[in-house]
Amino acid sequence: MTTLTDIPQSQGFRLSQLIYDTRYRSITIQVIVFIAFMLVGWILVRNVTINLANLGKEIDFTFLRNPSNYDIQQTLIEYDSTSSNFRAAMVGLLNTLLVAFLGCILATLVGVTAGVLRLSKNWLVAKVMTVYVETFRNIPVVIWIIATMAVLSEALPQPSAFRGETPTASMWLWDTVAVTNRGTYIPMPVWGAGSVFVIVTFLLSLLALWSFGKWAQRRFEATGQILPTAWIKLAIFIAPTLLVYLALGAPITFDSPALKGFNFQGGIQLSNSMIALWLALSIYTGAFIAEIVRSGILAVSKGQTEAAFALGIRPSRTMNLVILPQALRVIIPPLISQFLNLTKNSSLALAVGYQDLRATLGGTTMNNTGRELECMLLMMLIYLIVSLIISSGMNVYNKSMKLKER
Amino acid sequence: MVKQNSTIAYVRSEILEQQPAPRGQVGASKWVRENLFSGWFNTILTLVSLYLVFTLLQALVPWAFGGVWTADSLQECRAILNERYGNTHHACWAVINERWNQIVYGTFFPSTEYWRTHVAFVLLILAILPVLFDALPRKMMWITMAYPFVMVWLIWGGSLWGPISVAVGFGIAYFTASVAARYLGSGLTALVSAVAAFVWWMILGPIVVSALNDTMPLLALREIQSRELGGFVISVIIGVSGIALSLPLGIILALGRQSDLPLVKMICVGFIEFLRGVPLITLLFTASLLLNYFLPPDTEFDLTLRVIVMVTLFSSAYMAEVIRGGLAALPKGQYEAADALGLDYWKAQRLIIMPQALKISIPGIVNTFIGLFKDTTLVFFIGIFDMLAAAQAIRANSAWNGITWELYIFIGLIFWVCCFSMSRYSQWLERKLRTDHR
Repeated sequence: MTTLTDIPQSQGFRLSQLIYDTRYRSITIQVIVFIAFMLVGWILVRNVTINLANLGKEIDFTFLRNPSNYDIQQTLIEYDSTSSNFRAAMVGLLNTLLVAFLGCILATLVGVTAGVLRLSKNWLVAKVMTVYVETFRNIPVVIWIIATMAVLSEALPQPSAFRGETPTASMWLWDTVAVTNRGTYIPMPVWGAGSVFVIVTFLLSLLALWSFGKWAQRRFEATGQILPTAWIKLAIFIAPTLLVYLALGAPITFDSPALKGFNFQGGIQLSNSMIALWLALSIYTGAFIAEIVRSGILAVSKGQTEAAFALGIRPSRTMNLVILPQALRVIIPPLISQFLNLTKNSSLALAVGYQDLRATLGGTTMNNTGRELECMLLMMLIYLIVSLIISSGMNVYNKSMKLKER
Repeated sequence: MVKQNSTIAYVRSEILEQQPAPRGQVGASKWVRENLFSGWFNTILTLVSLYLVFTLLQALVPWAFGGVWTADSLQECRAILNERYGNTHHACWAVINERWNQIVYGTFFPSTEYWRTHVAFVLLILAILPVLFDALPRKMMWITMAYPFVMVWLIWGGSLWGPISVAVGFGIAYFTASVAARYLGSGLTALVSAVAAFVWWMILGPIVVSALNDTMPLLALREIQSRELGGFVISVIIGVSGIALSLPLGIILALGRQSDLPLVKMICVGFIEFLRGVPLITLLFTASLLLNYFLPPDTEFDLTLRVIVMVTLFSSAYMAEVIRGGLAALPKGQYEAADALGLDYWKAQRLIIMPQALKISIPGIVNTFIGLFKDTTLVFFIGIFDMLAAAQAIRANSAWNGITWELYIFIGLIFWVCCFSMSRYSQWLERKLRTDHR
């Protein structure tokens, strides 16, 4: 029989307990880590102050209020060279966000299509998609951006090719879109009197669309009757806006680009640098998204499909009601981190000269003012905030989609 | 049964020869019908992709395979093409041939020293092989362990004493650890050995090395500055160093993030989220523009080394997240079993947790490696003379002004081969290590 003979006598606290007693060791380690961390931080801050003093500089953000003295090619908000550096940074940020937003949309379209087609029973299509994915995933995105830019500036016709009796190039979509090596010109909407009503109607019809969907779902759950929702939704989407538009005598018109002099005038000019960046980022990221979609669909176990078939559910509804909801749970988190990657990769605009946040705040402003430290810190902070917003969106989604188990 | 008054008019008395299956049900035609034309939608898809593939190949194959391989300039190449085909719609691969050295070694690498990169490359393969395939003799691991020091000596030159001294530091750390482990716990052992190595590297080592260099320099090679490096060589140097360093750092960060110590966890989370939240290009600009602010005044810090540090830090944050996923996927029973066996934290990690967690995260780890290797192209933007910079210089050169595709296709192909073989290897490894029965 064992007896508890070696009950530790209370000897009070011994110093060796700080290392050998697991109750205190964690505190010891943390104190050491804290001291080391503070020490490193202090050394860095000290170095920075000494170096800045040697250079005769000090950390100062007032340059943000000074006029920027440079032009930006594409401005989404009002801007000219007398605007402040801060405004230039905001213009750059908006350009970054614009290309990231457009890129995310196109990349999702490309990726979902490629991912689904890669699972197709059609051998040829599946192989073509495999080649697409493997080609784009394994070559750096910078090369794709530069190559796309080269395609746009070398393979596209010059504006002068559109001129003359027998032009070698012609505009697309009934003479409204001109694709040239200087950029793509698309029609610009001209907001006439009363266009506000059209927009308001459109927004209201979106609201109606949403509430109709809710109502139809409730009705289906209550009565079991299925409405032809797709047609009704299409009608709600189009009809009111169209009616108001026609009733007010077509207040919104489009200003199409036209060849005047050496170049196209009118319309909105999308610079080639932006289009190259957008296309290259989308197609590159699309290859990753294709793999995510494919693995997400494959992750739904076969038993789920078989169970759905055993219940007599049609294949299309099996996809919508059984496979997709489960696959989405697997697909969405990595998809959003791809969006994050795309947003960060948009800083490679550097390769084509698109003026994004890095080119304004971390480029021309930094070079003009000589304030590297402030500009880089600010730029990193902005990118960090954008990333954190995107990833916190992901966390919210994850929480709402989490399997509710036990 | 009696065979009389039968109503059947005819009964076959011998068995029929076996007939071949109907033509449409076997072989190629069945395969084609089932896989390519099984419905109207599939037929459309097949036709569209056939058309696409055909157009692409029609444009690409004659262009690529009808190319010219030897010429000194674009004009000469075009002249040859005009003579041969009457047009210039063919590739001028001659640029690769003529500018091979610039693309592979960079513009400034002295041509008398090319052999050093060749030796380093062969040794690199010999060093990597035992890591990749455990069927190879374990003795080859000695090459792997010696490789970092030999590589530094071969590429940057100088006397061999410097790298040896660094290696001796590791030896001292190992020796001190094995002695101290007899008397001390694991934490203190690590501390003592780190201090010993640090003392050697910072104080004793440099003195010994400079004394030895003055008296008898060992195998002194011509010194090469970092800015002389370039081309494919610099991509491999940055890529391989980043890969080798980011895995251990990533493991440490992942463990830190999973740690019970709130302070350690907080620091690791902050570090990981910061590095994942900013684009690599901003980190590289920081390395090239800002790092001097954070270093003590008048310290010089090699640009290649700065880039390697930044690339490593960046991908170690991703690595940490990948490994954290592996750790989270491990059933809790494994941790509890390790505790029940009385293993301490590090032993449990080394023997039970990490082997399984790393196995789960192989695809993610290799994807991070591939990403890192592809990201080495970004060093082009901070003035390191890699392959993209070489391409730009060649295009700006009057002899080859106007060439685009051949260069980028070649560079892309190099990256493609490296990255694709990495991903194939990871799939092979995953299959090899799979222990469940599916």
